[in-house]
Amino acid sequence: MPHNYSIEQLDIIANDIREDIIRMLEHAGSGHSAGPLGLADIFTALYFEVLKHNPKDPDWEERDILILSNGHCVPVRYATMSRAGYFDRDELMTLRKLGSRLQGHPERQRLPGLETTSGPLGCGLSQACGIRLAHKMDNISHRWIYVVIGDGETDEGNVWEAAMFAGSNRLSNIIAIIDRNNIQIDGPTESVLPLEDYRAKWEAFGWHVIEIDGNNIEEVIDACAMAKAIVEKPVAIIAHTVPGKGVDFMEYDFHWHGSPPNHQQAIKALKELRTLGGKIRSEHE
Amino acid sequence: MNNELHLVDISKGEVERAPIRDGFGKGLKRAGEIDVNVVAACADLTESTRMQLFAEAFPERFVEIGIAEQNLVTIGAGLAAAGKIPFVSSYAAFSPGRNWEQIRTTVCLNNQPVKIVGSHAGISVGPDGATHQMLEDVALMRVLPNMVVIAPCDSVEAEKATLAMAKDPRPNYIRLAREATPVITTSDTPFSIGKALVLVTGVDVTLISTGTMTYQALLAADRLYKEGIGAEVIHIATIKPLDEQTILKSVNKTGAVVTAEEGQIIGGLGGAIAELISENTKAIMRRVGMRDRFGESGSPDELLKNFGLDAEHIRLSAHEVVTKKGDN
Repeated sequence: MPHNYSIEQLDIIANDIREDIIRMLEHAGSGHSAGPLGLADIFTALYFEVLKHNPKDPDWEERDILILSNGHCVPVRYATMSRAGYFDRDELMTLRKLGSRLQGHPERQRLPGLETTSGPLGCGLSQACGIRLAHKMDNISHRWIYVVIGDGETDEGNVWEAAMFAGSNRLSNIIAIIDRNNIQIDGPTESVLPLEDYRAKWEAFGWHVIEIDGNNIEEVIDACAMAKAIVEKPVAIIAHTVPGKGVDFMEYDFHWHGSPPNHQQAIKALKELRTLGGKIRSEHE
Repeated sequence: MNNELHLVDISKGEVERAPIRDGFGKGLKRAGEIDVNVVAACADLTESTRMQLFAEAFPERFVEIGIAEQNLVTIGAGLAAAGKIPFVSSYAAFSPGRNWEQIRTTVCLNNQPVKIVGSHAGISVGPDGATHQMLEDVALMRVLPNMVVIAPCDSVEAEKATLAMAKDPRPNYIRLAREATPVITTSDTPFSIGKALVLVTGVDVTLISTGTMTYQALLAADRLYKEGIGAEVIHIATIKPLDEQTILKSVNKTGAVVTAEEGQIIGGLGGAIAELISENTKAIMRRVGMRDRFGESGSPDELLKNFGLDAEHIRLSAHEVVTKKGDN
């Protein structure tokens, strides 16, 4: 698909995606709020600018691969895929319902366009390594594999097994986007199991590290372009994001990690998102 | 003996022995020659799991993972996602012992054709002791939807099973043993995934065995024959999906069953057959295998005898069920 959106247009798309996330989660009555809202800018940048993909042909052989390792954040992927034209927006309201293609955690075989099944944390980076190894065996160098990983997720040993493997094998074409939102279910990451010095850890494992504001779409796009220019090692983009971004009463509050808004909270959240926090007048109030 | 199966005649004394893992090594190399998409990965046990043959023949299609079994199987899932047919090997105690959840989510629920190779399974690993004697692998793998579970009885069958796995579109687990095991099948013996073999026919009792215990079941049948009991021996190379038709046909005839395996009877072959038998027949049943406990160090022969995993225990169990059947 052609990518010719301005940053302003992408900001609006990201905001629309946030509104969809709030509606989906309220309708589902369960699910994760903070992570998906915080990732809306990254997913907008990926699907509307960075990724080589085709919503009309999800299995297109030339596509880039996007793995969502922290499967609980899948509402943002569903909402973005729908906006990008993979399926009708009405289907978003089937999230977590019986018979839906939009499972609470993503299942590859249910919905075309999902690359893996995920939920239990820590497995995405390894699968990216496997895909990259297969591409190398087939002499494919023009496809990139993006893996979105949660920061709390990197408590998992499997992540570091994969990080060590990718680093020591100098696996290029792998771009890990780490959602550094500093929260996990039991509290701030630095009180549950401290991750810092985070950048140094990834560098020590043989990765090129780029740090960005993950809620700035332009920075996300630029970082991915930079990452694609690194040919001798895998790249970790540590994307600092605000959990619950765009909804004041959710931002930075780890209690919203695994909770959906109720009806009143959803109305409040949507009102805030529609006015970009009071900065603009809502077009559909 | 069932002549149609071209088996080795074990009644003529000592039989040639070979490690079951050797058959896997040969089969994998052959599978690699047949299909360029067959690839292999190992967690620092390349020679020991006999993946060495493949690694030497196809270095560009072999991946050394290091001692990281979670990464081993999830890299396998990634290779499969990109169209490869990955065989991933380690000791069964570590894979599937350590990485069960990764297998559940990224292989089975994700439904990718990853071939998990668990070597050094069973108590016959011997002196290494309980930590390395994997007895729970069959139960762990059997419970997973989409997973196929295979336990060949000898090296010749292991080679055929490996070739069949390379063509099977499902997730597979194959269980291999370390020790030299009597070779009872030949290159002419048929093999297909999901098909049980009736090695010996009989009317009094059905002996159902898998892996290394099939040789023991044959020995037991031989002794029982001399005691006037006709034992039918069914070898189950594929524990899942189970060849229910072949098993039920035999059990409906004999009304008495003994299962034999080198692993926990809870959830293992014994568990699988008990589930089938109790839902479909009134047959009397006994299970030979590990009875809810761990092993310990010792020589393989000592251990098998000590824990009752031999022909003699199968024979005694057969007498028990035949007698009980007569009482009913």
